Amino acid sequence: MNDALPPGLSPLQSIEQVDQGLSAAGYIANRQISTAIYMAHHLQKPILVEGPAGVGKTELAKSVASWMKLPLIRMQCYEGLDESKALYEWKYGKQLLYTQILKDKISSVIGESDNLATSLDKLHAFGDIFFSKQFLEPRPLLRALEEPTGAVLLIDEIDKSDQEFEAFLLEILSDFQVTIPEIGTVGAVVPPIVLLTSNSTRDLGDALKRRCLHLHIGFPDEKLEAKIIASRVPGIDASLLKQLVSFVQQLRALDLKKVPSVSETIDWAKVLVLLHTSVLSVDLVRDTLNVLLKFEADIEAAGKQIAGLTHKARADGGVAA
Amino acid sequence: MRVSAAEGIDAARAVKMIGYADRDILKDSLGLILAKTPEEKAAYEEAFELYFKRDDLGAQDEAESDEQKRPWQQQQGQQGGEGMGGSGGQSLGQLLEQDDRAALATAMEQAARESGIENIRFFTQKNLYARRILDRMGLRQVERDMEALRQSGTPEGLGRAQFLEGRVDQLRDSVRDFVERNLILFAKGETEKFREELLKSARLSNLERRDLDRMRVLVRQMAKKLAARYAKTRRRRLRGQLDIRRTMRRNMGWGGIPFITVWKQKRIEKPRVMVLCDVSGSVAPMSQFLLMFLYALNEALSDIRSFAFAGSLIEVSEILEKEPVEQAITKIMETIGFGSSNFGNSFADFEDGWMQYVTPKTTIIILGDARGNRTDPRTEIVSRMSQRSKRIIWLNPEYKSAWGTGDSDMYRYAPFCNLVTVCNTLRHLERAITDILEDAV
Repeated sequence: MNDALPPGLSPLQSIEQVDQGLSAAGYIANRQISTAIYMAHHLQKPILVEGPAGVGKTELAKSVASWMKLPLIRMQCYEGLDESKALYEWKYGKQLLYTQILKDKISSVIGESDNLATSLDKLHAFGDIFFSKQFLEPRPLLRALEEPTGAVLLIDEIDKSDQEFEAFLLEILSDFQVTIPEIGTVGAVVPPIVLLTSNSTRDLGDALKRRCLHLHIGFPDEKLEAKIIASRVPGIDASLLKQLVSFVQQLRALDLKKVPSVSETIDWAKVLVLLHTSVLSVDLVRDTLNVLLKFEADIEAAGKQIAGLTHKARADGGVAA
Repeated sequence: MRVSAAEGIDAARAVKMIGYADRDILKDSLGLILAKTPEEKAAYEEAFELYFKRDDLGAQDEAESDEQKRPWQQQQGQQGGEGMGGSGGQSLGQLLEQDDRAALATAMEQAARESGIENIRFFTQKNLYARRILDRMGLRQVERDMEALRQSGTPEGLGRAQFLEGRVDQLRDSVRDFVERNLILFAKGETEKFREELLKSARLSNLERRDLDRMRVLVRQMAKKLAARYAKTRRRRLRGQLDIRRTMRRNMGWGGIPFITVWKQKRIEKPRVMVLCDVSGSVAPMSQFLLMFLYALNEALSDIRSFAFAGSLIEVSEILEKEPVEQAITKIMETIGFGSSNFGNSFADFEDGWMQYVTPKTTIIILGDARGNRTDPRTEIVSRMSQRSKRIIWLNPEYKSAWGTGDSDMYRYAPFCNLVTVCNTLRHLERAITDILEDAV
């Protein structure tokens, strides 16, 4: 592997630059995230991103792609995903047509020989393109390797795929190459930046983890979350922003089945802006709570404490009760 | 925490790239490479802090006013000639007098490395290593000098000796702290592993309350491992035999040319497991762990029904599924636990309520000591259970020599069970369950 910087990727010179670039693309990263992207590029290693749903794991890949102006190639994993859907598939129809054409032209290939041995020799001498790149239908993984400018490859929710598939990924993750039995090994033109995301529904294998940098994204603290909301919901009032972030942070401290994540905070902020809210009120919160909480039991549990939470949120936002 | 050689190389490359200048970034970068789960991240951060912490030697002394220090420094200028020939360029005495903390810290670390601090394993070794480090730093020489100064009898010499003594005490404290940190750093993993090994083979009924947390982790790991191993065998395919009929049908569209081959697959049965767990007073210390294991297994396997019994029997699958482990166990024990056991009655309850769900694919596991307090054992029900089910496995926490003594009906039940075995450590439990899962394949 070469440690030299490819000339087109100069924005990755320092961690601060990563930070700035990501925020220009609308992604407010903390230092760990920026460090991870920086190292992923320089060490040429994939990043395994773990964390609860909705903290921006997938968004990170999108932002990296849009900031570096690289194509984003996304592969959603699911149970039963196999190499013909992830790596390549033969174009069966065209192959079939090719055999038909070959059948018609076979006499011209073989020529006038009447002897079986010589006709076989001639057939062997004839270049066989049945299994060749022309008949190859590239799927996401192969496409990411063949991208001439490099790419951001997002392997989403790897924990949803089978264990066999995980093993199959190892070659591409460590060497950025894949082996197609009929053709040979295909290496990357420019090593892509690879991000794998996982919600930890199952434990990933050690072999996979060993090959990756491991980034854990948790829920952001109050300051960071406020920054994220401000960047995603531009028109929001500063006082409202403080109130709603404080409210959500308190909500996370409760004992809930599924605590609201960043994406839900953003949704809620959008709803509040749409309703022209400037101060949180108990009724308003109660009416819009279903944006934040997705389980009936959670809404019920939180419902009892809304008054207290809202009061505290208002105090934090600097609004007189 | 396991770190492979490859990860070590990566870490070295990262450090080379990042440099030591920014401590936070260094910490983040190494964390990305070395720690691969949230638990490991926490452990890593702890270790990083311990390893890279170099507290200012005698920092508590910071408040000391300059005037107090100055006289000695001035004197040091005059008396500098009588330096105590230490090992390094500067002697320990000089370092102490000048209060050069960075140099002292470096000297301490070097001495620690030379004395092989990374081999420290037990807290009893703390003083030994502290002494070794101090010796290597040249403490003996300083002590001798101090003695000489005291002997000289001049007020100046006495003052100086006193001053040095204060410094030496501080140094001792620092070294002791340093050794302690290293003990935590190097020995923690070892002692914990040792303890875990011990727990695995200890009799479950002898375990103490303080080990509960650790046991819970162990039980969980074990159940998870079993579930993973079992999931793998379930998906095993029989490659190599072509299913001609299905291949033909699949490739009809291409005029029967077999582009896509279909292979014969062996369908592997899911084990259907029913567990009957004794929670009566006689096995109470044991049933805590049995329930814990049941809970973990419940999380790992989908098709498992659990029952608890003492005087009578109830289904507890739902409690195990819905409540967190602590509450689930407490709830079960409250509902039905601690009474005196009546096996006959409990089996009758089972027959009334759940016998209809027992199929020829079901494995029934009974955890209990078979001591029914001289009540009717109702072996005929167990016989019917055995006829309906695939097999019955009885796990008994008592040693074999106790079976059949007193009110134990073990040998009366045994003929209807496919397997009767002693099970009173975590290791036994693991082996028994592994066998069950493997046979189910």
